[in-house]
Amino acid sequence: MSAQAALPADARAAAPLLRDDLRQIAAWIEDGARVLDLGCGDGTLMADLRDSRYARVYGVEISDESILACARRGLSVIQADLESGLRMFPDRMFDTVVLSQTLQAMHQTEAVLREMSRVGRQGIVSFPNFGHWTHLLSLLGGRMPVSPQMPYQWYDTPNVHLCTPKDFEILAARLGLAITGRALLAAGQPVSFLPNLRSKMAVYRFETK
Amino acid sequence: MDLSRGRLSAVQPGSVGVVTPQTMRFDEPLVLSSGASLVNYELCYETYGTLSSARDNAVLVCHALNASHHVAGRYADRPEQLGWWDNMVGPGKPLDTRRFFVIGVNNPGSCFGSTGPMSVDPSTGRPYGASFPVVTVEDWVRAQARLADRLGIDRFAAVMGGSLGAMQALSWTIQFPQRIGHCVAIATTPRLSAQNIAFNEVARTAIRSDPDFHGGDYYAKGVVPKRGLRVARMIGHITYLSDDDMAEKFGRSLRTADYAFGFGAEFEVESYLRYQGDKFSEYFDANTYLLITRALDYFDPARAFNGDLVQALAPAQARFLLVSFKTDWRFAPARAREIVEALVVNDRQVVYAEIDAPHGHDAFLLDDPRYHRLVAAYFDNVASERTG
Repeated sequence: MSAQAALPADARAAAPLLRDDLRQIAAWIEDGARVLDLGCGDGTLMADLRDSRYARVYGVEISDESILACARRGLSVIQADLESGLRMFPDRMFDTVVLSQTLQAMHQTEAVLREMSRVGRQGIVSFPNFGHWTHLLSLLGGRMPVSPQMPYQWYDTPNVHLCTPKDFEILAARLGLAITGRALLAAGQPVSFLPNLRSKMAVYRFETK
Repeated sequence: MDLSRGRLSAVQPGSVGVVTPQTMRFDEPLVLSSGASLVNYELCYETYGTLSSARDNAVLVCHALNASHHVAGRYADRPEQLGWWDNMVGPGKPLDTRRFFVIGVNNPGSCFGSTGPMSVDPSTGRPYGASFPVVTVEDWVRAQARLADRLGIDRFAAVMGGSLGAMQALSWTIQFPQRIGHCVAIATTPRLSAQNIAFNEVARTAIRSDPDFHGGDYYAKGVVPKRGLRVARMIGHITYLSDDDMAEKFGRSLRTADYAFGFGAEFEVESYLRYQGDKFSEYFDANTYLLITRALDYFDPARAFNGDLVQALAPAQARFLLVSFKTDWRFAPARAREIVEALVVNDRQVVYAEIDAPHGHDAFLLDDPRYHRLVAAYFDNVASERTG
């Protein structure tokens, strides 16, 4: 769990505008790596990895608008549904497969994680920590939590599989994934005191055992 | 694939306006994939926009089955004949002629001006007819490269096409990897399926069994195998449209008040197909139809590599935009994904979009905003690369 330590200084300098979890993800990617970004959105992380890490990056996205945004940035992007779209990639095609802020919206969570570990040497996921203390307070008050990292009402949320860091670690172990990095973040900084309660965002790196 | 579609609509603002086709003659023989040669030949072409002084803004647009070099604009004497991709090419259009020098070229074997079965065979003094050699996508690309040589274009900023036109764009990346910056391939496949070939064979059988076909040498007899062409076109047309599209356009609507208990064109869809078939048989050449469908059947760049498309595309250096349409069952998205997968394995850059348009294969000729905005965005990036 060495990566739980402070964020490397170079990651902060290289990517001042990236979302907190994306900064941590970028820090875990080697220069020149071949990267697959699942649910790549408008290509913010991909553009950063290409420009500051010389990574060879491909994105997978379902939305027309995101494909357009990536095309405009000159990025490689493939329009596909994440839950079936990874079949087109051969085993071990990528050095790193990234799934940022999307795991909690997947229906076939286990299948997606298995596919990530099939097509990549290592995987990185980030997700909002459902166990954040404000969420617990909200539940104690009888309401589903709504927070900046989970800004949805229970009836319109795309997040169907919310979890805590501990939950994720149990699933990873069951799927035979070895966790090689963990960063539990709040306000962009690693949380060392009571991280399971105080971190808003979890970022994990894993390999197939 | 519908040359006629453009004729119905008025000239849009942003048209390239009046255009004039040109002809280039080649006296050095073109050796074909079959081993046969064309001793000499002519290519018809049109250009739109201005070639930059660095000669780095040329885009070649390749045509599909029944189109030609007339990609955009209109002719002074036939203003109703808009180019077949006029909604795509022009000032302010996705392929913007204010930035790019666009070339449309008619392929050998065609019936729209370039040397084809209707042309005179210099060795006999009579039309080639059935003796016109079978040409392939690769042969067309070689002919196009010679035209580029003559026009002083070493490297295309992009080569673009839809359907069979996209096969030529793909082939460019393999045959002349150093001469193409971007490949824009719409609604295409790395090879025809058995079903695709089967439809082509039905169309060819319709033509060859027409008593007016005379083994392909009908020119001297003063007849045209119109009945065969008509059926060929009707079959083709069915494969260009989706089931939903047909249901929406025609449904089971009748042209008559009620069933007439006969075999006239009672259903709207029958009337439509008959109309399309009749129109087509007036302007298209039967030998050309055989040749072009054969070129479609033969296209299979992976064939030389035991079906391995990854190896076939290994020489490619270009960057790619591939677009498929969800309701295209002729060249379904799954076929385009095979190309994407081979490009990723080869570490080539690629943008791939699956447009949720209802119009089947024909969608590549229509102006669905999701599709056109993406092509425009892609060419924006191509243009910024040139200037940046």
